[in-house]
Amino acid sequence: MRWYWIDRFIEFESGRRAKAIKNISLAEDHLHDHFRNRPMMPNSLIIEGLAQTGGLLVCEHNKFAEKVILAKIPKVEFFCEAVPGDTLIYTTTIEYLNEDGAAVIATSHKGDVLQAKADIVFAHLNAPWLGTFFSPEAFLAMMRLLGAFRVGRAADGSPLTPPPHLLKAGDLPAGPQRAAAAEGTGA
Amino acid sequence: MLTKDEIYEKIKGALVEALGVDEDEVKPEATLVNDLGAESIDFLDIVFRLEKAFNIKIPRGELFPEDVLTDTKYVQDGKVTELGLSELRKRMPFANLDEFAKNPVVQDFGNLLTVADMVRFVEGKVAVTA
Repeated sequence: MRWYWIDRFIEFESGRRAKAIKNISLAEDHLHDHFRNRPMMPNSLIIEGLAQTGGLLVCEHNKFAEKVILAKIPKVEFFCEAVPGDTLIYTTTIEYLNEDGAAVIATSHKGDVLQAKADIVFAHLNAPWLGTFFSPEAFLAMMRLLGAFRVGRAADGSPLTPPPHLLKAGDLPAGPQRAAAAEGTGA
Repeated sequence: MLTKDEIYEKIKGALVEALGVDEDEVKPEATLVNDLGAESIDFLDIVFRLEKAFNIKIPRGELFPEDVLTDTKYVQDGKVTELGLSELRKRMPFANLDEFAKNPVVQDFGNLLTVADMVRFVEGKVAVTA
């Protein structure tokens, strides 16, 4: 299993808001392992998808200079189940950001129906050992894989591009490095 | 300009949201850690909420001067020295350190801050009306 809990970005406004989709397929093992004979998407993995959507938004805003980890979920509510065949739309909006971290408001929708909403707090960590898992290149590779630069817009409305100092990054091979990149969102 | 009551109510709201406690648990004498269950990461969340609610900046270490507690100049054998206490009093005029000073074990420092301390801290950073 690879630690990707979103499939693709569909909107990405630098420093403001990101929107991603998660398609839920009956082929995913974890749906069957959650409740016997009742396949559904575990709420914890929906939180992880919201955290990946918001974590990459925060990370990009900081030009990938900070190691962003999921620190806290002050509040989360689920209003209905997510089951095979559903497409969840995750929307995260930066509520607050400073040098120590960021807070985002996140929602999950099934069509027009609000499926879940959460407050998420991210912390910036500078511990050197985190460099192995939280390299800027790994985050950038994940952004590329999820199509953030295909749909993204910078704060001035121009197309979103990787920071110049990382332009050569993002071509990591599949495998452990990519898994590390995914884990780098901290959840 | 805010009144003291307005400041208190905003802080109460921030603590209720950040710590998931009931409004009636947030009393001036309640300690953030022991009484309201705050953990270290909650202080990040609380600072976010206070900065936003009052449109202020709270530089790292201003509310909770961790650097003093990890400086061998101010700490010996797990206890804050007289010099350290003097530094803490200077850096934290909003907090009452008298009780902590009786047995200033570094480990107990986290239990020090009360809701009233938070109110005094914010009052020191915003314009207050009578």
